[in-house]
Amino acid sequence: MDQEYDVIVLGTGLKECVISGLMSVSGKKVLHMDRNSYYGGESASITPLTDLFKHFKKDEKPPENFGPFRDWNVDLIPKFIMSTGQLSKLLIHTGVTRYLEFKQIEGSYVFKGKKVYKVPATETEALATSLMGIFEKRRFKKFLSFVASYKEDDPKTWDGSDLQKMTMQELFTKFGLDSNTADFTGHAMALHTDDNYLREPAIHTVKRVILYCESLAAFKKSPYLYPLYGLGELPQGFARLSAVYGGTYMLNKPCDEIVYDSEGKVCGVRSGDDIAKCKKVVCDPSYVPDKVQKAGRVARIICIMNHTIPNTNNSTSCQLILPQNQLNRKHDIYVCMVSSVHNVAPKDYYVAMVSSMVETNDPECELKPGLDLLGPILRKFVSISDVYEPKDAGEENGLVISKSYDATTHFETACQDILSMYKRITEKEFDFSQIKDNIHTEE
Amino acid sequence: MANRTASRPANGQNKICQFKLVLLGESAVGKSSLVLRFVKGQFHEFQESTIGAAFLTQTVCLDDTTVKFEIWDTAGQERYHSLAPMYYRGAQAAIVVYDITNQDTFSRAKTWVKELQRQASPNIVIALAGNKCDLSNKRMVECEEAQAYAEENSLLFMETSAKTAMNVNDIFLAIAKKLPKNDGGSGGNGSSGVSLERTDPSSGGGCCK
Repeated sequence: MDQEYDVIVLGTGLKECVISGLMSVSGKKVLHMDRNSYYGGESASITPLTDLFKHFKKDEKPPENFGPFRDWNVDLIPKFIMSTGQLSKLLIHTGVTRYLEFKQIEGSYVFKGKKVYKVPATETEALATSLMGIFEKRRFKKFLSFVASYKEDDPKTWDGSDLQKMTMQELFTKFGLDSNTADFTGHAMALHTDDNYLREPAIHTVKRVILYCESLAAFKKSPYLYPLYGLGELPQGFARLSAVYGGTYMLNKPCDEIVYDSEGKVCGVRSGDDIAKCKKVVCDPSYVPDKVQKAGRVARIICIMNHTIPNTNNSTSCQLILPQNQLNRKHDIYVCMVSSVHNVAPKDYYVAMVSSMVETNDPECELKPGLDLLGPILRKFVSISDVYEPKDAGEENGLVISKSYDATTHFETACQDILSMYKRITEKEFDFSQIKDNIHTEE
Repeated sequence: MANRTASRPANGQNKICQFKLVLLGESAVGKSSLVLRFVKGQFHEFQESTIGAAFLTQTVCLDDTTVKFEIWDTAGQERYHSLAPMYYRGAQAAIVVYDITNQDTFSRAKTWVKELQRQASPNIVIALAGNKCDLSNKRMVECEEAQAYAEENSLLFMETSAKTAMNVNDIFLAIAKKLPKNDGGSGGNGSSGVSLERTDPSSGGGCCK
């Protein structure tokens, strides 16, 4: 490793691997290290099942009837890919899609009152749903058709509303939508984690509803896709991209020190007696505990089950959102479920993950409303993790740090962070069209 | 790797089967050179470390079947023992390469075979290639030794030379013959995923661009 690189990346989580891939493709010399012997860090999918039990320090070994253990690939952080979202664009434009196979998530559900409902997202579904009364349905249908025809650059589609100025609450009021409808539009479609969006310009939320509807239109059943064998395939795919374009990979390689020059800029990384020189260092928060600050905590409970989630039409995969207002919380609770259909569990087993931002001293109890919807659970694995963010953007000293993964169950915020990191490293906005020019097309 | 299933054209007799084939072996044993020889008929004395190709494809014609190989190279990730498990995923064939002038690479090849037996699909067809057999005056690994090892482990075995092209096509052909070619049976788990490309009309992922 005693060489000079443009960028040294520490940690092989999804964000780090995407950055590594983008840097290698654009001709930068990249060294990518991970202290672990496996790819993915926090974004790994744990396999075999015995390793999951070890990871959570369970005293027991997995029961034999949970086998074959190698058929399990359990994500530590649950997320789905919005089929027309940013990650999807990154996968397509870099050609990483060639290394992966995707399946759609079968359904998207929302919790209201004490019941589970399918999220209506087309005008037809809006008219058929039992989520709201007959008059509210008509108003919601009008709202959806406004959103469907809305174009940011064409004032004729604005229906007299300037969404840059108007708040989302004002837009809901304009369409006469009640707080229940607002709740599931804001949380189950626009996927906001709290209610701050109501006071922000409506444009942000409308764009997210458009993304939801477009993603849904692409695959019909739900707006979400999921890679076969688990999310851990994603960092591996981008790592392969980086390697194919010359990136050097070293697993099992601890980073003992980030080296700075006399002006306080990063100039290398030391591992044991080896020093690799570089201009920039990119890493996840775990490599630089003194350079990050805590921004909250996420609670996640992995549940192994032998049945689908009740009231979800026997979907072998789904997302279920419990909006905060329904629970008197400040943050939504998310439930994601995948199964053998995605090659993440043996036949007839299901993996559900319940997660939320932590608000009290008893996070496990906070997630109870989500757990209660799952039916009988065979095994639970609880993780409470701190969410860190960098204290410094790193534009001056050349140390660019990613944020921890938040509680959202899609990759949109992760991609925003990736694009922000890209800009902090290169001082340029990421250009989707340019990356395509750099990708060789063989065959 | 969207289509790994076998398909039979409606009018012709010739069946097309596509298989994922991975290369394994120490750095500098000639993995990329073997592929380059097989796919493009070329050889470069000073082949650079693998760069710039996600995978290459080449077809082999058998009597009534066309076998299309999707060949994955390690992209250098083997150098520091950092090959991602995704690499083995769904692979139906593997060529484990060593250099006949270097005993260490043969021991490493045995480790790779074990790794495949542990990680890859149980039905994977594995071939062992003793490469650089044009350098037989520097030979350190006896052909008989490798042959015996291959037989013990039910591997196909050939000594090859990417430089002279000796046995290069032959080893791929031997693999093609050994692969199961029943309809639709070659797609690993048989589950067909969705194509992400169709979500993005500008990507050119579909057709005619």
